[in-house]
Amino acid sequence: MIKLTVNEKEYKVDVLPDVPLLWVIREYLKLTGTKYVCGMGLCGSCTVHIDGKAVRSCQMPVNEAIGKKITTIEGIPDDHPVKKAWIKEQVPQCGYCQPGQIMEAAAFLAEKKNPTDEEIINHMSGNLCRCGTYPRIKLAIRTAAKKGGKQ
Amino acid sequence: MSRSITRREFLKKSLAGAGLTIAVSMTPFGHKIFAIQEGKKDIPFKPNVWLQISPDDVITVYVNKSEMGQGIYTSLPMIIAEELDADWKWIRVESAPARDEYKDPVWGSQSTGGSTSIRHMHDTLQKAGAAAREMLVKAAALTWKIEESDCETIAGKVINKKNGKSLTYGKLSQKAAQIKVPQEPKVKTGRPKLKGTSMARVDIPAKVNGSAVFGLDVQVKGMLYGTVERPPAFGAKVISYDEKAALKIPGVRYVVPITRGIAVCSDTVDAAWKGKGALKTAWGKGVQPDMNTMTLEAEFLSYLDKKGLIARNDGDVISTLKKAAKKVEAVYLLPYLSHVNMESMNCTASVGKDACDVWVSTQNQTGVFELAKKITGLKPEQINVHTTYLGTGFGRRAETDVVEEALEISKATGKPVKVIWTREEDMKNDFYRPGNSCRIEGALDDKGNLIAWSHKVVVPSIFARAMPGAVKNGIDPAAVEGIENMPYQIRNIKVEYVRIDTPVPVGFWRSVGSTHNAFTVESFIDEMANAAGRDPLEFRLSLLGNNPRLRLLLETVSEKAGWGKPPKTGQALGIAQHFCFGSYVAQVAEVSVDKQTGRIKVHRVVCAVDCGSVINPDTVRAQMEGGIIMGLSAALKEKVEFADGGVRSSNLHNYEVLRMHEAPEIEVHMVVSNDKLGGIGEPGVPPVAPAVANAVFKAAGVRLRHLPMNPETVLSALRKG
Repeated sequence: MIKLTVNEKEYKVDVLPDVPLLWVIREYLKLTGTKYVCGMGLCGSCTVHIDGKAVRSCQMPVNEAIGKKITTIEGIPDDHPVKKAWIKEQVPQCGYCQPGQIMEAAAFLAEKKNPTDEEIINHMSGNLCRCGTYPRIKLAIRTAAKKGGKQ
Repeated sequence: MSRSITRREFLKKSLAGAGLTIAVSMTPFGHKIFAIQEGKKDIPFKPNVWLQISPDDVITVYVNKSEMGQGIYTSLPMIIAEELDADWKWIRVESAPARDEYKDPVWGSQSTGGSTSIRHMHDTLQKAGAAAREMLVKAAALTWKIEESDCETIAGKVINKKNGKSLTYGKLSQKAAQIKVPQEPKVKTGRPKLKGTSMARVDIPAKVNGSAVFGLDVQVKGMLYGTVERPPAFGAKVISYDEKAALKIPGVRYVVPITRGIAVCSDTVDAAWKGKGALKTAWGKGVQPDMNTMTLEAEFLSYLDKKGLIARNDGDVISTLKKAAKKVEAVYLLPYLSHVNMESMNCTASVGKDACDVWVSTQNQTGVFELAKKITGLKPEQINVHTTYLGTGFGRRAETDVVEEALEISKATGKPVKVIWTREEDMKNDFYRPGNSCRIEGALDDKGNLIAWSHKVVVPSIFARAMPGAVKNGIDPAAVEGIENMPYQIRNIKVEYVRIDTPVPVGFWRSVGSTHNAFTVESFIDEMANAAGRDPLEFRLSLLGNNPRLRLLLETVSEKAGWGKPPKTGQALGIAQHFCFGSYVAQVAEVSVDKQTGRIKVHRVVCAVDCGSVINPDTVRAQMEGGIIMGLSAALKEKVEFADGGVRSSNLHNYEVLRMHEAPEIEVHMVVSNDKLGGIGEPGVPPVAPAVANAVFKAAGVRLRHLPMNPETVLSALRKG
């Protein structure tokens, strides 16, 4: 049994220690907001927060998450500025990569309150979106950072 | 506005339950409105299969099209709400089950593709909303004992014009359910209230908080996980596999040979993958074991010397080319592309003795339904197809290969099974955008006028497999779309199609044949403009004939982009247009080229679109933005690599797609011609690749005729000069 703390809730999971955290979150804990795309840490769709830092959960064996504070998209409150900005700017199309984008953006803005466009682009380039919502992601991060964007 | 996840409840409610249920169907002979079922009282008012009004004022709209990011769960309900004079805040959306009454009236199948959803459903949904509104008005008139003409409808209420009193649709719903369905409901004629206004997408809140259910997110009680070992080379057959070793892995329950390979079924997803590894499957050679990227490219080029089928032949191309003042010839070569849907292919199926349920992110409910019928042998009413959200589709999810796997495994094991494809499986087992080559010859007269165009395209046929009926006289419509109907008025045009068959399966990829044909046509028209020493915009405009829509679009896009003004240092503009799926799109790309590294930077894309009339403007904008980025991804980066008779590309490290730092600033301008409704999901894709290539020619002086325009291609072109 492995003990995990996800979104401030305790879970006991019967799982081998080397299984990637992503699959434990999705298929064992059934918190399916965290997404699988590449399994190689190349796309960012599986991004969660471990002790507040954005981490690719497909690259982390579950045993490395023991004793750490795991936050998934479900653990981010609906009134979080990033979630609100994502709705305001109508960012998602298919929506599949967006939980990962939001987790990445939330961790980024927690460290960098007022990023420049260049900093936003550099930071977010690790997160892929096949629908091409990049212009709106950039806009939403500006909005969330209260820089107002192009309003 | 969330969707209920239990379709079974929906079916009970709408098909087996009580109530008035009426369908509106559109036949080639016009609309037919008919009652499916008469029922009891005290139920929601369901004037037709498309909507239901509950006493609590909630209006549920059943959408028969798949939501894959194109905003259809918002745009289709907008059509109903407009006609119904509904209050938008009460609109809820449900995905329709796979049933005959939900088939697309034009296609006769329940499926989503070809940028057709609004075009095909508009009139049907308009009638559906109008019928319901008439019934509600009649119910109010009866209640108040006044004439219907003394009633009006505003924002979900019927108003008594005589005394200003009102009743909500919810309050009227019970009475309205008793009223005969009007056969010829009148549709509104005045200024629309919703149509043309940007409405917030109903699916976005769930997609932001993580609760939106995609196929991969489906969890069914007692389900097992399925994974399939498939041939590494096209057409390879199994020689041997170690069933016992797989079954020794804790959690692995079954090893089942199925049509497409060897399936491993287990309690957990990780056990399934370990079990698959333990099979140590040995495969025979494929149908063409020495096939690789280079052999395929050589084959595409050698087929340019074959005689093809003539798709169009106006005037006398051969003799005009012979006696032309100037002649240009160019050969283009484009790669196979993968869809790279973010959500890998997956399906959950539960096959029982008297019921079969399939949960899947599909573009093709009818295909899934028919396959389930065939594999299970069950009756149609025992089969339930539950459509989830789609983590992109792009045409890939019109295929039912993964559904077949899930159904076969569930049938063999008697358990619900979720089949998950890894990214590697997804990339190696795609139905690819076909690779292709072209030889184009053009002729100018001594005044620099384009007088002949000969275009030979070598490309595999998508329709020969997917919809053979669409292939007329041997010509695949996708192979020549955008070439044979190019908007340029040239006296002598010849379009020739050479079909090439390779072992690589091909399928529909967002904007289909237009993805490659727009690139070659719009690049070559620039080559001819250059040969004539004329401005590419002026050259295009001079060839349009009577085409006011395209003329206005080209003028708009060029003006907004600053065409003709001096560009920023090191930058150049390129222009391209393309008509497909009923819509015109023109784009100007602002580009610079680093001649040392061969890297192309696309700074800005200005886009003008005319899709006739617009339902949800923000969705049109979003689809243009997304189309440009996907088109640019293909133009700059994407190419499937082959080796040893199969696919070598495996994941996002060796099949790269566009990232944020490579995305340009995008400006979208809508030109509303109020012409026939056009599609919007696909037409944004095709023009960007040629617009970029044309800009690169101006910026760096090299003509790029091979895609992708990656640093390797650019440097090689620069070396050749």
